[in-house]
Amino acid sequence: MAIEVRVPTILRNYTGGSKIVEGAGETLIGLIDDLDAKHNGLKGRLITPEGGLHRFVNIYVNDEDVRFLGALDAKLKDGDSITILPAVAGGALGFAAAAALLGR
Amino acid sequence: MGTATPRRRNCFGNVNVVLTIDRTILDAIVAHARRDHPDEACGVVAGALGSDVPSRHIPMDNAARSMTFYEFDSMEYLRVWREMDDRDEEAVVIYHSHTATEAYPSRTDADIAGWPDAHYLLVSTREPDSEEIRSFRIVDGVVTEEEVNIVDATVDA
Repeated sequence: MAIEVRVPTILRNYTGGSKIVEGAGETLIGLIDDLDAKHNGLKGRLITPEGGLHRFVNIYVNDEDVRFLGALDAKLKDGDSITILPAVAGGALGFAAAAALLGR
Repeated sequence: MGTATPRRRNCFGNVNVVLTIDRTILDAIVAHARRDHPDEACGVVAGALGSDVPSRHIPMDNAARSMTFYEFDSMEYLRVWREMDDRDEEAVVIYHSHTATEAYPSRTDADIAGWPDAHYLLVSTREPDSEEIRSFRIVDGVVTEEEVNIVDATVDA
């Protein structure tokens, strides 16, 4: 009865160095709340203060980007595999200009 | 982050000192940057886990298709990272081009950089007949430039 979550290097300081942790939840936000209870602070790296999925974090349910599955409301089931990857992005523009360009 | 153990120096293990990279791979990166100019180009060079040796060049799509911004396509990113995992590799180098500015990480680059163990390689293609190539570590938004040591070795680009 668990959902496997693959954690990138940059977030492993929240998981005691673990690359893979387990959690539970019927939705992505439920899973993230469950993970945050065990790995305090992790939620703040994935969710903005406004409660949305962080723009520069990619989360996948099995082979699908959660942005195509309802984002934080994405439905989960036991046996699903979650992968978290920090976005690889940037460029010559300033941050505010980039955000505006991307409409976020 | 901050827990890296000291690795070999003065040979190919060169964390935080220098990026050692094969000329063939660097040429392929520059060719990719030229091909996508004036849009920014991006990609990775994979290498064996813990080796710090970039050996397999993987040009990637710039999903932003922009002259001033780049972003890995999310599905390609997942596919490439899974493949590296299966091959016991990691992203030794993450590169992108700046097409009208210098090869130095922008504030955006530094803020977003999420792989503290990678060498962030930047190529500037603003000059039509020469490239500026520089490499950096970016940890917690802090940019540290490192030397680029170009070698003529025998890896497949």
